[in-house]
Amino acid sequence: MPAIQSIAGQLEPHPDVALVDRVRGGDVSAYDTLVRKYDRQIFRIAQHITQNREDAEDVMQDAFLKAYEKLDQFQGNSKFYTWLVRIAVNESLMRLRKRRTGKMVSIDEEIETAEGSVPRDLADWAPDPEQNYGRAELNRILEKTIKGLPPGFKVVFELRDVQGLSTEDTAEALGLSIPAVKSRLLRARLQLRERLSRYFHRKKGVEK
Amino acid sequence: MTCKEFLALLDDLIDDTVTTETRSELQTHLGHCGHCEVILNTTRKTIEIYRSHEIYDLPASLRERLHAAIMARCKKGC
Repeated sequence: MPAIQSIAGQLEPHPDVALVDRVRGGDVSAYDTLVRKYDRQIFRIAQHITQNREDAEDVMQDAFLKAYEKLDQFQGNSKFYTWLVRIAVNESLMRLRKRRTGKMVSIDEEIETAEGSVPRDLADWAPDPEQNYGRAELNRILEKTIKGLPPGFKVVFELRDVQGLSTEDTAEALGLSIPAVKSRLLRARLQLRERLSRYFHRKKGVEK
Repeated sequence: MTCKEFLALLDDLIDDTVTTETRSELQTHLGHCGHCEVILNTTRKTIEIYRSHEIYDLPASLRERLHAAIMARCKKGC
């Protein structure tokens, strides 16, 4: 049964469903389209979790190959992308465990951290603070800032705020409950805000 | 409304999933709490900056190489 999406009360198949059906029917070029559609996003998720470029490259390849092999197991009641993310997250965690010699790493561990839950830095930011940095420097700041967050926070923030997935799809992709996604998202947003404040503060003596 | 109560609803306000009544309570709080106003604005800005500057971008040459490797394996039946 194809995945369905409710649009203005009408049920319409998600565009990926037709591509998946074509792949199942032996049309490999349809898979090419799916890979091109999602490769960047999958690569970013793998980078967030593994923190290693080579691992992220391997994860991206392995995730797409595994999805291709298992396409018959894909149930049309979830979206292809959320299913793919789940595979990529598992591959990333496996890679991370290998690197950390078997130490358990999971996306759903409850992280006890008070950081960010009570904002401490209450100074306002400069208007358009990113203008004070070059593109490469800004990217370095953004990467450094998000790097220190727990994997579960980073991936929730990436899926919800950067890629624009719904809370429900994020929960499904990560195997988390909806309250868990919400709680991680709030803490991720507040921690990132707090950490970015040190770069984006309005300078003292500078008028609005 | 206290700052703690405001913070608990911050995500709902940002994601625009609050009722009209709650929105008006949040707006009233913002009207006299500069700290919460800063938190709201800078959190929104945090999201906007990460959304508009996609980090960990995949360079075109690497993307093509990985893509070719994936499709070659798929064509062989993995």
